[in-house]
Amino acid sequence: MFEYAPAPESRDVVDIRPSYGLFVNGEWVDSPGGEREKTVNPASEEVLAEFTMATDADVDRAVTAARAAYDTVWSRMPGRERAKYLFRIARIIQERARELAVLESLDNGKPIRESRDVDLPLVAAHFFYHAGWADKLEYAGFGPAPRPLGVAAQVIPWNFPLLMLAWKIAPALACGNTVVLKPAETTPLTALAFAEICRQADLPPGVVNIVTGAGATGRALVEHPGVRKVAFTGSTEVGRQIARSVAGTRKKLTLELGGKAANIVYEDAALDQAVEGIVNGIFFNQGHVCCAGSRLLVQESIEGELLDALKRRLATLRLGDPLDKNTDIGAINSAAQLAKIRELSEAGEQEGAERWSPSCPIPDKGYWFPPTLFTGVAQSHRIAREEIFGPVLSVLTFRTPAEAVEKANNTPFGLSAGVWTEKGSRILWTADRLRAGVVWANTFNRFDPTSPFGGYRESGYGREGGRHGLEAYLDV
Amino acid sequence: MAWFGTIRLVGDAGEVSTLTTSLAEIASSDAALRAFLHGLPGVDRVGADQRAAMLGTRSIKTTAKAQAIDLAISMVDLTTLEGADTPGKVRAMCAKAVRPDPADPSVPKVAAVCVYPDLVAGAVAALRGSGVRVASVATAFPSGRSSLEVKVADTALAVAAGADEIDMVIDRGAFLAGDYRKVYDEIVAIKAACAGDGRDAHLKVILETGELATYDNVRRASWLAMLAGADFIKTSTGKVAPAATLPVTLVMLEAVRDFRAATGRVVGVKPAGGIRTTKDAIKNLVLVNETAGDDWLTPDRFRLGASSLLNDLLMQRQKMSTGRYAGPDYFTLD
Repeated sequence: MFEYAPAPESRDVVDIRPSYGLFVNGEWVDSPGGEREKTVNPASEEVLAEFTMATDADVDRAVTAARAAYDTVWSRMPGRERAKYLFRIARIIQERARELAVLESLDNGKPIRESRDVDLPLVAAHFFYHAGWADKLEYAGFGPAPRPLGVAAQVIPWNFPLLMLAWKIAPALACGNTVVLKPAETTPLTALAFAEICRQADLPPGVVNIVTGAGATGRALVEHPGVRKVAFTGSTEVGRQIARSVAGTRKKLTLELGGKAANIVYEDAALDQAVEGIVNGIFFNQGHVCCAGSRLLVQESIEGELLDALKRRLATLRLGDPLDKNTDIGAINSAAQLAKIRELSEAGEQEGAERWSPSCPIPDKGYWFPPTLFTGVAQSHRIAREEIFGPVLSVLTFRTPAEAVEKANNTPFGLSAGVWTEKGSRILWTADRLRAGVVWANTFNRFDPTSPFGGYRESGYGREGGRHGLEAYLDV
Repeated sequence: MAWFGTIRLVGDAGEVSTLTTSLAEIASSDAALRAFLHGLPGVDRVGADQRAAMLGTRSIKTTAKAQAIDLAISMVDLTTLEGADTPGKVRAMCAKAVRPDPADPSVPKVAAVCVYPDLVAGAVAALRGSGVRVASVATAFPSGRSSLEVKVADTALAVAAGADEIDMVIDRGAFLAGDYRKVYDEIVAIKAACAGDGRDAHLKVILETGELATYDNVRRASWLAMLAGADFIKTSTGKVAPAATLPVTLVMLEAVRDFRAATGRVVGVKPAGGIRTTKDAIKNLVLVNETAGDDWLTPDRFRLGASSLLNDLLMQRQKMSTGRYAGPDYFTLD
């Protein structure tokens, strides 16, 4: 037996302060009335730091600072000058990539292999990509001199804390807007580290402001009258509230919400790679991915063979310490999320689906959920309709391509989908009919700053990334 | 289960004799063989490359590294395949094979030495009683461009001289031309020659994946060789670039894993060519561990065809035990 010895990434590269204030107008400030919350390492439940729950007054201060920076500096600065700041930020992120990856894994629970090899390279790539746009906006197809909007209020989730920050801040700054961003209350640390990076890059004060907090802070931010643009990534429920509060105002809105993506495997698929794609689709980042391939639709003629291969593969997944370089499945981000995953999994069993997990030891402390597979799932089961946001895969079958498309589209969501077949014409036929913002063919969960990402129906609206993503931050 | 339906059906009945018949049925005609090989699931290049690259990031440290280094040493087919090879050169290499590090008797011996047929006798003499096996390339190595008679004679020469293992090359021209039957028949003939003289030399079939070019071809050639009776499938001659890349080895490991599931027979894998560092060797072992499974983590089922790799393994081994690297002159060049 070839056992891999522990190979932990060192924690020494990160320097976490015991307590954080808010980052407003280029300075760390304390909130006069704000309470303090603790952020924990979900793999050990150890407290990492305290952070501030920003009040309405704090949010107002941040928006005012952002507006001032917009009026006096950032909106007037030529695009080529803005680009220099973004390039500088991108390079600093690359230089500090190891530190940021460790910090992300500590605060979020995701495996260091993913934060190191996926999150951080993409974060830097988003800044580099948008830095390139900053002086070329007149060629983006939105008119000869597209104008920025003003202050962008940005609220991001806990699943990809720094990457979602990059998706939001990079295009906003490239287009000439200033930003007030609120990270999720369970994962504020990399956003606070990013505030330091803004200082290191000599970004003019007020261009980027970070206010930490929970739902109340987010509400104060998106409802603030000084805001011209609201960008939110998170749950459909909160997305609805935001859409309601923004309705009838001048604020421009983009929402990137939940999903229940179908991953369609036809009988002529490249089997081994399809198995990898299914694993990557649902177990990447513990399934905390809005575009996760949480519904596997497999053609009946290969169901047995594919499930055998999938189970064999799941048995090799390594669950444990997120900082171990060989870990494939890290910790669930919070106790609340773990409870939700457990509740839906139990509902799956009660509704008659068959549950399977490989035998894998679960650490004593922290929040953990083993990779789980449900077979015999029907369209009417909750685990086939509701977003679980965890490492739980529902397996359904289909007989014909038309049935696959029908089942795939039979959801109120429409964020992403996957198609697996060696037949090119079938990829195109299927992709044409799938109601999803992103359709991956023979791959899954691939991201690139040049490629627009977003959904429709209850998965939200607007696009992030690519030329299309610029539109959300320009007055067009 | 369309792609190995024939075998699976028979496998369910559990009758080995029928199983053999059905394997023979696949090879009974060119059309049946072609239909079977083209019915195998395809390999998506991007996905296979990604998977191999991901496994390449596994971090093997401390005790696991020490274990992996000794395992890798015991899997090495120490190889010299040059026009300038002499009996003296082969004798020196054999000494190294038995006792890789003269200063440290705890270093395991390698699995085999691999030489040209005319040098087999010398190697056999040098290795008698050591437990290190003698492998010989044959069949007009490395191009395989000769008649079947010549290839059989070449094999018989090596077997008669005492080779324990034969590393044959397939006819890549015939394979690429779609003449699978010819490739199959040649392997069967060489397998028969391996059993000549009352001996039972193991047959390794070299696919020369660098010339087959696509992963679909690698998978088909792997199955073709296994159906024809290969004991091992081997990536490359070492004379063509690219040789043993990780994704190619991955595809071949998937093939032996699936072949065992379908037929019950275990076939070994030997990546050869281009594996020069301990890191490369460990990546290969990780690939075996997480693809075919640890049943294959033994020299009977997995080999590393290499020459300069051994000294790097020794150097890393010494570094693990002493904490320091010795200079290259502290390791023998043979």
